[in-house]
Amino acid sequence: MFKLKATILKDIRILLRDKIGLVIMFAMPILLAIVITSVQNSTFELVNENKIPLLVYNKDKGETGKELITALQKIGIFELHQLSGEYSEKDIAEKMHNKDALVAIVVPGDYSAEVLRKAKNVTREALKKLDIGTDSMLIKSSAETPLTLYYHPVLQQSFRNSIDGAIKSSLQLIQSKFIVKNLYQEVNEEAIPDSLETQILSNQTPINEIPVSKDGSRTIPTASQHNVPAWTIFAMFFIVISLGSSIVREKQSGSFTRLRTLPTSFAVALLSKQITYLLVTLMQAIVIFSIGIWLFPKMGLPALNLPADKAALLLVTLICGWCATSFAICIGVFAQTQEQANGIGAVSIVLLAAIGGLLVPSFAMPSSFRYIMQLSPLHWCLEAFYGLFLEGGKLRDILLNILPLLAITILLQLLAVYGLKRKNLI
Amino acid sequence: MSLAISIEDLSFGYKDQQRKNFSHLHLHIQKGERFGIFGPNGAGKTTLMNIMTGLLEYESGSVKLLGHEVKNNKKNITKLFGFVPQDFSFYHELSPAENMEFFGAWAGLNKKQIQRKITELLTVLGLEDVRNKPVQKFSGGMKRRINLAIAVMNEPQVLFMDEPTVGVDVQTRNAIIEYLKELNKKGTTLVYTSHQLSEAEQLCERIALIDEGKIVANDTLINLYKEHQQDGLEKLFLELTGKEFRD
Repeated sequence: MFKLKATILKDIRILLRDKIGLVIMFAMPILLAIVITSVQNSTFELVNENKIPLLVYNKDKGETGKELITALQKIGIFELHQLSGEYSEKDIAEKMHNKDALVAIVVPGDYSAEVLRKAKNVTREALKKLDIGTDSMLIKSSAETPLTLYYHPVLQQSFRNSIDGAIKSSLQLIQSKFIVKNLYQEVNEEAIPDSLETQILSNQTPINEIPVSKDGSRTIPTASQHNVPAWTIFAMFFIVISLGSSIVREKQSGSFTRLRTLPTSFAVALLSKQITYLLVTLMQAIVIFSIGIWLFPKMGLPALNLPADKAALLLVTLICGWCATSFAICIGVFAQTQEQANGIGAVSIVLLAAIGGLLVPSFAMPSSFRYIMQLSPLHWCLEAFYGLFLEGGKLRDILLNILPLLAITILLQLLAVYGLKRKNLI
Repeated sequence: MSLAISIEDLSFGYKDQQRKNFSHLHLHIQKGERFGIFGPNGAGKTTLMNIMTGLLEYESGSVKLLGHEVKNNKKNITKLFGFVPQDFSFYHELSPAENMEFFGAWAGLNKKQIQRKITELLTVLGLEDVRNKPVQKFSGGMKRRINLAIAVMNEPQVLFMDEPTVGVDVQTRNAIIEYLKELNKKGTTLVYTSHQLSEAEQLCERIALIDEGKIVANDTLINLYKEHQQDGLEKLFLELTGKEFRD
């Protein structure tokens, strides 16, 4: 026990003197968690609270164009900036830039006439069999001018789709309104009362959004719940920079060789490294979770809510930390130089994070990646953490994520021992 | 006088090399002796030292340290010897005292023994003033003394040293040699390799000259000078190993 204590003390002393390693292990992931959560939170707010600036250039002089603008306003996600006068495509692009607008819509001059024409045609088609209304022919349109939507190239496809959907729903609303008006006029030979028009058009079935959780709670997941566990895992695995190079240094300096000439098992050295760095990963989790709980609200970000099953959280954190430590030891054993350990270590963590679903959600990955992601220990760590943080699960709910993680950890341990034996270090 | 080291019919070759480093080698070192192993670069000095300390496993023959077959008693023999590697094999981020605390614990000493040894050795080797400073900024000579201090913490019966004075100034070399002589007076057998032939004359009672895995001379310096009619080790060395480059 004295030997183990002395070895842990040695490892802690070396670790505390590795200032760059400490910055990489603590400051970098804290910054990542804050920055990514802020960015993602502002995206949520952009959709839910903030309004998207939308330039509207209405060339239509009729009432329908104005009604479309009112409908767009009522959606609630746009902040409308209307343009008056004559504008070319180039002018609109310039205006978008000046107003910081990501989207612009141009309503064509014949929009009212076209909506009315379509409404009349639909009415005639609908009433033909009932033998109500006039016998007039369908009104044919000369080539219909479409609405034009300009968007900034920075706008991602998914975001563009949302805007597109919102505008289409406004267009549909206007078109439906005119069809209803026309139908009523033809059948009743009088204008539709305002109250009935409103009733027909706004009587939508409400949608009740409920997050599904294992504990039955109705907590809505926030950017903090998503990001803090993910970047904590990332931080844990980034100990590879400090631990990997520390092992390479010990190999290169001959310290490992010297240890072999002393009457103590090398297992003590390996155990010490694992205990020391397991404590580091635990500290990282405590620091990052604390920031999520106490600092995030002060920064205007949603606070992190810890899962109800604290024992499961501690167990998952320890197993993730053990896996991260085993990975770092493995890299340190097989790397020939510190540069190799740092390079391979950092790149492999980013790759494993990418395929593990830390950078892109796993549900958004191509199906071929679904199998590859299971090879990433970070994937299983993330699944276990999400099971607790997002789904409100308990230990039994995440056992299937912990078992593969343990299997990967044991495999990494065996690989490290094999590497040490092969290099004649134990 | 009983044997500290007995090597009989030793054969050894690295797995990735065709050539055998040693073939049917015999060497005896008496207890309490100051024994030097010399030879040109690549002669096999470090390999032989690594075999004697159990760091390399030999295929055939016998290597005994204080009567224990090295191959079969690796853990037991580690209590009997100290080893000064050629590299600075310690932690440069730590101070001399911190390094000695750690290696002392691994050598099997208790807390009290470790503290006593740290004070004693750092004083003798002139490192007491820097006992708590990180080794990183130390000179080569200071690092060599720390390398030695760590190896003798457990008061070994046999001390193996692989080039313990390489790259140090005259003062440090002198201090190290004087300390080693003191250690030897207390009964420690010294086995060491070096390129510094002058050191052999200062320190060694007996030497073995190795060349291409064979012992080409093994006797006291006086006897070797007489036998080969030379008056210095350098001339004797060149006579026995030739003038060609070896690396």
